[in-house]
Amino acid sequence: MLNSKVKLSRKIFGKDVEMIPTRDGYGDGLVMAGEKNDDVVVLTADLADSTRAQAFAEKFPERFFECGVAEQAMATVAAGLGTSGKIPFISSYATFSPGRNWEQIRTSISYNDSNVKIAGHHSGISVGPDGVTHQAVEDIATMRVMANMTVIQPCDAIEARKATIQAAKVWGPMYLRFSREKTAVLTSDTSPFTIGRAEVLWEEKGAKVLIIGCGPLLHHALLAAKELKKEKVPVVVLNSHTIKPLDAKTILPLAKKIGAVLTVEEHQVHGGLGGAVAELLARECPVPIEFIGMQDTFAESGPPDELWNKYGMGVEDIKRAVNKVLKRKR
Amino acid sequence: MGLHEGKIKHLEEQAYRMRELLIEELLEAGSGHSAGSLGTAEIFTALYFHILNHNPKRPDWKDRDRLVLSCGHICPIQYAALALAGYFPVEELKTLRKLDSRLQGHPHRGSLPGVETTSGPLGSGLAQASGIALAGRLDEKKYQVYCVTSDGEHQEGNHWEAALFAKRHRLGNLTVIVDRNNIQIDGNTENVMPLEPFREKYEAFGWYVLEIDGHNIREIVDAATEAKVIHEQPTVIIAHTIPGKGVSFMEEDYLWHGKPPKDRAEADRAIRDIHAALSKLRKEHK
Repeated sequence: MLNSKVKLSRKIFGKDVEMIPTRDGYGDGLVMAGEKNDDVVVLTADLADSTRAQAFAEKFPERFFECGVAEQAMATVAAGLGTSGKIPFISSYATFSPGRNWEQIRTSISYNDSNVKIAGHHSGISVGPDGVTHQAVEDIATMRVMANMTVIQPCDAIEARKATIQAAKVWGPMYLRFSREKTAVLTSDTSPFTIGRAEVLWEEKGAKVLIIGCGPLLHHALLAAKELKKEKVPVVVLNSHTIKPLDAKTILPLAKKIGAVLTVEEHQVHGGLGGAVAELLARECPVPIEFIGMQDTFAESGPPDELWNKYGMGVEDIKRAVNKVLKRKR
Repeated sequence: MGLHEGKIKHLEEQAYRMRELLIEELLEAGSGHSAGSLGTAEIFTALYFHILNHNPKRPDWKDRDRLVLSCGHICPIQYAALALAGYFPVEELKTLRKLDSRLQGHPHRGSLPGVETTSGPLGSGLAQASGIALAGRLDEKKYQVYCVTSDGEHQEGNHWEAALFAKRHRLGNLTVIVDRNNIQIDGNTENVMPLEPFREKYEAFGWYVLEIDGHNIREIVDAATEAKVIHEQPTVIIAHTIPGKGVSFMEEDYLWHGKPPKDRAEADRAIRDIHAALSKLRKEHK
């Protein structure tokens, strides 16, 4: 059942579930962070509206900087602002930033220890019709491998807002990952959110599989958990919104107790959340693990729901993977 | 920035003292970039000992002028200037590129006082300098941001993206100094990937352009003074220099772009040249 302590939305399983894109939460969070702190500045590379930086731009025009279609300049200008006491958020699509400007982020932000927040939008294949060029499925890996970098993917618009506000308060280079499409609102205003702390969303006594996910696909994980309960396969669903640093304190006791793990993310199965969890478990408590995500392939244009189903990220895929990892359990 | 003849003489001699220091640095390190470091000795001397409003005892002073070194590989000359200015002990120059040293092979912000940005990968300094200039404007600070770049790194897209940005955001508190020495690792810039017409490129990008002899202290200081009074527009000072300047066997030879003197004897030959040039200067100055 849903974990009452995290005060989730009551509409998660209903047809009336609220649908809001996580990028909207980012836009709201930017304005709120900007109201609190004059040092918050926002940059974009010709994508103010679709990354939802526009509201900040209108409210604080003197703290908003248009870079044109130039992601490398955006990252490095932000690096200079960040070493000069500002808290820059850079807004673009994840395939371009941190895609095209990876080295600038490595040298000028991460190694340079500049307090820049990189907002990568249109992550995952649910970007849909724009196609593979705009579907970022490698960005968690390329950011996670970097020293001195925090990596976060909020599960819904509310969590996205909280993550953005907290990112402005917590010092250090940070990558925040957002989605384009409307996705289910899972949490509420009163749900806890702390960078670095995973939250149990669904729990069952005698759980047989631990599902660790991040981002909007956690909705699929919860829908699967509810159906699996009926099929007598109790599971726990953990929201690991912070992929780096991974919340080992929460994950390890659960993995040890439950003994089988499935990771769920809208990202390549290599190097993302699944990779991070596998690294942790291989070292601390080796248990069978399966991975939901892109299976080392590119996707294509199409409607988000159909893409999720075709590329193995639907509710049925999660259920199948749970049963698969269960069979491998000793 | 008044500059009397006596000060000019002093700075001219100081540049040669820095050349000697950096030959010792490079010899001790066993690797590093000789030509660009030697060729910019006057530029760094003029910056650290006359142009910059800074305080080596307070490297974090909020009102200091900022110097962003975009072409990080010529850091041996910046390190020599920082040491002589008093940011850290001159003896520490001998730790360049060694384990546990604050003097990284390419500069790292946070490791060494006075280093404003991390650099090495080329073409990213101008954008960072632009960010620092923007922050200065937001904070209503009077500081000037100087960015020293190589000519070769003008082949990087990142640099020209930033050139557009600095113009668009009217960064009058930004001065770029280009070390136009015509060499890069693989050869002469005009053979590797031509940059000419160079001045015209900046003019087309809407910058205020000055062109000087990069070994003439008076011209460097005058250009920096002129740049400071240009408002609402960034300035580029194209400083024509001789790579390897001061060491006869290194001058104008691109093969010295990325290597140090190979042994004590070669370093001594270099230092003899530097001493000869210094005595010649002193005679002229008398």
